[in-house]
Amino acid sequence: MSTVASRDRLAAPTAPAAPPLRLRLAASGLDGVTLLLVPAALFLIALFVYPFIYGFVLSFEPKSGGALANYLRFFSDSYFSHTVWTTMRIAMPVTIFNLMLAIPIAFRVRLMRHQRLLTTILVLPITLGTVLVAEGMLFYFGPQGWFNRALMAIGLISQPVRLVHNYWGVVISLLITGFPFTFLLTLSYVTGIDPSLEQAAATLGAKPASRFRHIFWPLLLPGLAITFCLAFVQAYSVFPSAVLVGEPAGATRVISIAAYQSAFEDYDYSMASTIAMIMAATQLVVVLVVLGGRSLLYRGPVTGGKG
Amino acid sequence: MNFSGRAAPIPGDRPPPRARAFHAQAFKELRLEGVRRDFGNVSALRDLTLTIEQGQFVALLGPSGCGKSTALNCIAGLLPVTGGSIRLDDKRIDTLRTEERGFGMVFQNYALFPHMTVRKNIGFGLKMRGVASAEIARRVDDALRLVHLGEHGHKLPGQLSGGQQQRVAIARAIVIEPPLVLMDEPLSNLDAKLRLEMRQEIRRIHAELGSTTIYVTHDQEEALSLADRIVVLREGMIRQVGTPAELYADPAHLDVADFMGYRNRIEGRLVRSGGGMAAVDIGGAVVEGRTRGELGGGRAVAAMRPDDLVPAREGVDAIVATVESIEYRGREFHGLARTPQGAELHFSSPARLEAGAPVRLAADPRNVLIFEAEAR
Repeated sequence: MSTVASRDRLAAPTAPAAPPLRLRLAASGLDGVTLLLVPAALFLIALFVYPFIYGFVLSFEPKSGGALANYLRFFSDSYFSHTVWTTMRIAMPVTIFNLMLAIPIAFRVRLMRHQRLLTTILVLPITLGTVLVAEGMLFYFGPQGWFNRALMAIGLISQPVRLVHNYWGVVISLLITGFPFTFLLTLSYVTGIDPSLEQAAATLGAKPASRFRHIFWPLLLPGLAITFCLAFVQAYSVFPSAVLVGEPAGATRVISIAAYQSAFEDYDYSMASTIAMIMAATQLVVVLVVLGGRSLLYRGPVTGGKG
Repeated sequence: MNFSGRAAPIPGDRPPPRARAFHAQAFKELRLEGVRRDFGNVSALRDLTLTIEQGQFVALLGPSGCGKSTALNCIAGLLPVTGGSIRLDDKRIDTLRTEERGFGMVFQNYALFPHMTVRKNIGFGLKMRGVASAEIARRVDDALRLVHLGEHGHKLPGQLSGGQQQRVAIARAIVIEPPLVLMDEPLSNLDAKLRLEMRQEIRRIHAELGSTTIYVTHDQEEALSLADRIVVLREGMIRQVGTPAELYADPAHLDVADFMGYRNRIEGRLVRSGGGMAAVDIGGAVVEGRTRGELGGGRAVAAMRPDDLVPAREGVDAIVATVESIEYRGREFHGLARTPQGAELHFSSPARLEAGAPVRLAADPRNVLIFEAEAR
């Protein structure tokens, strides 16, 4: 007893010596490697945070009227406010349709041995760029294009259908350029699901449709929600194809065109900023609704146990 | 080898008939005839012919790549067979889809549905069969009680330990009262203590339900302790079929012997063979042992268990070797020695021996098996 006490007294002066600052920082996750984040942080601040705040402030400094004048003008003038609906009307169906297309293909591709090749082919459109796709579409889907000529040759239609310079042109273009992205994300979620879960469901008597409904679908849904958000945001900010293969003065006068016109035709940067802010806000609402729904779902691991 | 204090059930011993919670669907036998499975140019399963009677616990035993899991997947319908047929009594089942076969399967990684509670997991098969929900609840309760998981029904699989997950997987497979329960190395992801415990659980559940079970494993101890019959596979073919006692005492091939614990193998020249006995000159000593049938001349291999190879008394013909290492195993010492020819020998010794010291080792000929050396 006494020896323990005396040893304690001896040890006492040295024991509370604090570890050096470097070690304490490292313990809370800050060390030299953290510095690697600096370029990314600078990049983000210079090219996103600052312009965003600048635009936000600018949107409250209209050419005339009070601070909210631009916002009031946007929502009272249907020439502006209608663009939100126009953009939604394009972006929503395109996103949903791309997901519906990507899911079955991803389910098939997941079982294939030459997955790499097929994935490469499917992803190719991503490298082409919107403009090239749009230019190609003008010829292919035009009144004298292969598409209409082929349909007329087999007698399905008697006169060319209009698939460019209108709503459908933009939809088709966005489907082509948006699909690879949607597909790749979906594929990664689909292949992440442990295949033995499906096998287990099959041994328990579940037919393919039931296996999809009870096993794959609930496990896939959180990932699909993320995919939906990303694909939707991409489609919502459509600009080149809305101009090139759309009807930029009418049916495809999307919100980004309105912002462009304010900035570079009316030289009203404040109004353009307002439109950009509203664009961001409407996207955010959709994303938040989807993510809110996602938070109600099961989001745990998608494997069937240890190992 | 029963460390837990509970009495291990004797293989083949069945409890007296009583009211059971689950009734396996009746059939007489499952017949596999010439079942083949090829992957590209590789045959995982060459010619599997096997009959399994109702109520049996059959272990498919073999090293990895021997085709045991392939065989199980073919029976379950998860892999189509390349050739041959599988019949349940007179009904051909290898052409049926997995979901039409209705066999319960326990997967190596358990494959529990991570987004469903334990109750939902167990009830899934019944739901797929269109059983009324009140009936499902009752049978899930019975199944939970059977695997001792009564109070965990509302949890998600991720909240359970490995052993509990395993119990859920077993409950899920048997609650549908399948004619056949298939288990694919169900214990390989558990630690040693839990493995022993679950082994007894599986044995208990099998004894209680009398469900016909096919159990795939690479662990001979598991196979010996669980199965009524063991099927040893190698390179897609059956090497030997027998009761655990038969296989343990009389392995028909060298590789089966290897699996049954005959770790020591010394090759030499066959000097004598006849009357079920043979002798091998291993250079410096002649080892005598039992054989199955007559051996041809030439090279032969003597196989012995480490437990049977002990330091020899004076005057007995013995193998001379040098002790390389020795370790304490509680009741005795376990050593590794090397012969001048370079063969490694695992042996037991009642006394500690010094590493580097010479040792004379011998085994009772009744415990030595002599096989023809395999062509290299």
